[in-house]
Amino acid sequence: MAGDAIMREVTLALPMVPDMEIEASRTATAIAESMRMSPDRIDEVRMAVVEACINALEHSRATDSEIFVTFEVIGDKDPEKLRITVRDSGVGFSPDQVEEPIIEEKIKARRKRGWGLKIIHGLMDEVEIHSGAEGTRVVMSKLRGTV
Amino acid sequence: MTDSLNVSVDRRDGMAVIYTEGYINNQGGEEIARVAYKLLDDGVKVLLLNLGGTKIVNSIGISILIEIIEKMIEIEGKLGFCCLTPTIEKTFQIMGLAQYAPIFPNEEAAVAQLRG
Repeated sequence: MAGDAIMREVTLALPMVPDMEIEASRTATAIAESMRMSPDRIDEVRMAVVEACINALEHSRATDSEIFVTFEVIGDKDPEKLRITVRDSGVGFSPDQVEEPIIEEKIKARRKRGWGLKIIHGLMDEVEIHSGAEGTRVVMSKLRGTV
Repeated sequence: MTDSLNVSVDRRDGMAVIYTEGYINNQGGEEIARVAYKLLDDGVKVLLLNLGGTKIVNSIGISILIEIIEKMIEIEGKLGFCCLTPTIEKTFQIMGLAQYAPIFPNEEAAVAQLRG
């Protein structure tokens, strides 16, 4: 069980421009490496960060043209968990009303996109989505695990 | 900031291997689709996507790969993937892609299976 103490915190403010997610993924990699997370788990974090940033970029319709990505290293004596929050100030959405994509339907559908949240849930250990008129926060965590 | 995608092709008897190197985002996915559709126009019906040089993909790029899978089903062709990183393979499994396009650990196994 991870302790709740925040040992280190870094926040990026990223412009809403194509490929900004790569910058967030690089920071995620550097911080996860500093926690001695295994390479496979780091890759999973990186991919989830990319998806959360793309969701914010594509769906938030935010007017302030920035998203904020906060990385928190959590633990007591040693780093135990990496918590990442991707925040936008866009129009928000109802997570409960997002239809889960199903490959059998998507393969025939005109619109084949809409996989981001499913991928994030599949790759991270904990995921919470808070969304409303003030914007959206995707909070996702990965335990460091054994190296 | 962009990690652009390089795509190359090795055509062999009746099939083609498409090699990718770099980030498969929307532009990368479109480049793969352009190359794949050109091969289909040339009569190639068996494609192997060797993603050994790709360490990161995003869901928009993968959606374009789903379009290619749909096209392969339409023409009754075959499409497979090989040399995926564990995370890309896990992502494809999460999405269910493997039931339409098999995933192989290496190129030799993929070529043998797809040609069979």
